[in-house]
Amino acid sequence: MDKTMTMREAISSFVHDGDTVALEGFTHLIPTAAGHEIIRQGRRDLTVVRMTADIVVDQMLAAGCVSRLVSSFVGNSSAGSLGELRRRVEKADPEPLVFEEYSHYGMICRYLAGAQRLPFYPLRSYGGSDLPAVNEGLRKVTSPYPGPDDEPEQVYVVPPVNPDVTIIHAQRADRSGNTQIWGLTGVQAEAVYAADKAVVVVEEIVEDEVVRSDPNRTVIPAHAVDAVVACPRGAHPSFAQGYYDRDNAFYRAWSGISKDPDRLQAWLKEWVYDTADHAEYVSKLGEEFWDSLAVGEALSLPVNYGRRL
Amino acid sequence: MSTESTVTTETTHPTEMTSSERLSVVASRELAGRRTVFAGIGLPTLAASLAHLTVAPRLEIVYESGVCGAHPSHLPETIADAVLITGAEAVLSMPALFGYVLQGGHIDVGFLGAAQIDKWGNLNTSVIGDWDAPKVRLPGSGGAVEVMANSREVFVVMRRHDPRSFTEKLDFCTTPGPDRALEEGVRPLGTGVTRVITELGILAREGVGEELKLVAVHPGVTVDQVRENTGWDLAVADTVETVQPPSAEELRLLREDVDPDRVYLR
Repeated sequence: MDKTMTMREAISSFVHDGDTVALEGFTHLIPTAAGHEIIRQGRRDLTVVRMTADIVVDQMLAAGCVSRLVSSFVGNSSAGSLGELRRRVEKADPEPLVFEEYSHYGMICRYLAGAQRLPFYPLRSYGGSDLPAVNEGLRKVTSPYPGPDDEPEQVYVVPPVNPDVTIIHAQRADRSGNTQIWGLTGVQAEAVYAADKAVVVVEEIVEDEVVRSDPNRTVIPAHAVDAVVACPRGAHPSFAQGYYDRDNAFYRAWSGISKDPDRLQAWLKEWVYDTADHAEYVSKLGEEFWDSLAVGEALSLPVNYGRRL
Repeated sequence: MSTESTVTTETTHPTEMTSSERLSVVASRELAGRRTVFAGIGLPTLAASLAHLTVAPRLEIVYESGVCGAHPSHLPETIADAVLITGAEAVLSMPALFGYVLQGGHIDVGFLGAAQIDKWGNLNTSVIGDWDAPKVRLPGSGGAVEVMANSREVFVVMRRHDPRSFTEKLDFCTTPGPDRALEEGVRPLGTGVTRVITELGILAREGVGEELKLVAVHPGVTVDQVRENTGWDLAVADTVETVQPPSAEELRLLREDVDPDRVYLR
């Protein structure tokens, strides 16, 4: 089944006002272009679920798309602060933001529970932390089994998360949605399986034979995918292993841009609202810019899957 | 015991090095004999990379992004830098990294930073002020809660050593050490913070039930100075060592081999 569509179609079909939207990609393959299209289409009142809420989340906050954030890291990578997020949380400016604070493994376990339709997932975190006092999702249970010393064992659990839609970025997929990722694979498979619907944005759509030549590289099979969107360079300013490098200069610049609300709104106007789609954003950046993020070749050696003689 | 009198002419004078260089070198020495270190980007990466060239040649750096056994061609700018992946020995998914490697107990030393630390090595990386309406919203845990709960021991590097950062009472405890966890019946794997490396010296703690104690000062720093800059009544070891300043060779390796482009060194 051909699930390819444009970014505009995918966002208008699968992201609705009030939805819970998971955007995943751990520093690598961040679905920025999808976030920008959500901004262009003016979605409101979203709950955004994302382990590392970074630049694209700050942009969606500034565009007024998000009323609730579920995250385990709210910073601009190692490059500084998220200005809009800090204004929303520290001063409710221009409006409050509901924030559910977790740790990384807490978020991962929420996706694991969600993907498996389990009622909760246990982890050895949070004992003694103040996080359970501000996040009612973190609850402690007594294990039904005795601990290593035969005494009862206390353990924290997290609830499942089942997003209305999960959006991820990947290197390539076939038209039916078999999605291949290499390099950092993060929590993308769990986030997709946890969701009701999944949109996969890719650097390129490839023929079935390409996928089938290396099935172990398929991180997400077609049955879990509802839409496939071709969007080259759609993970900028993050990177796509083997396609383009991370735009570290933009990460560093974001702290300054986002610190000033007027400057941030001007950035959104110039780069999101006034561009028709991501292709225009890419061409506006210019070929010289993309040359600066170009990467050389480091091919893996092929493996022999064998065939019946 | 090493004192300033052991400094030879080949040692760079302390004023000729930056605080990052000093902290990285001192932290690297603490990794002697360790096998696996869970390191974030910045000073921990510098320290681990230097240790690999000096005191811990078999050290494996595990990155929060999922990379094990990285062989980067350039110093990574982030924990997920593409240069960490190309040529690495393994790249794991998040559930494997956090579940099997970290929670499974494979990490000897975890490196953490914090905005605030207390005498038990509990850490705050969430907020300054009230959580509900903070004066400053900080990034939060990331993987710190898991690194603390599951690493055999934790080293903390603090660029700032003042009473607001070394505090009697945290504004918020994001990442608890094992003492706090045990109070509510949760048993973590590790011993919590065992070393705190700062611009003034080194605090140490052996395990559960012990508070951090001053064990070493940098040359020219007095015990009283550390006490004044610590927000609790600081315990002091019977013998306070003087940290041996970075040697010319350690600084050369750091500057020429570990971070020649000065990505982190400043």
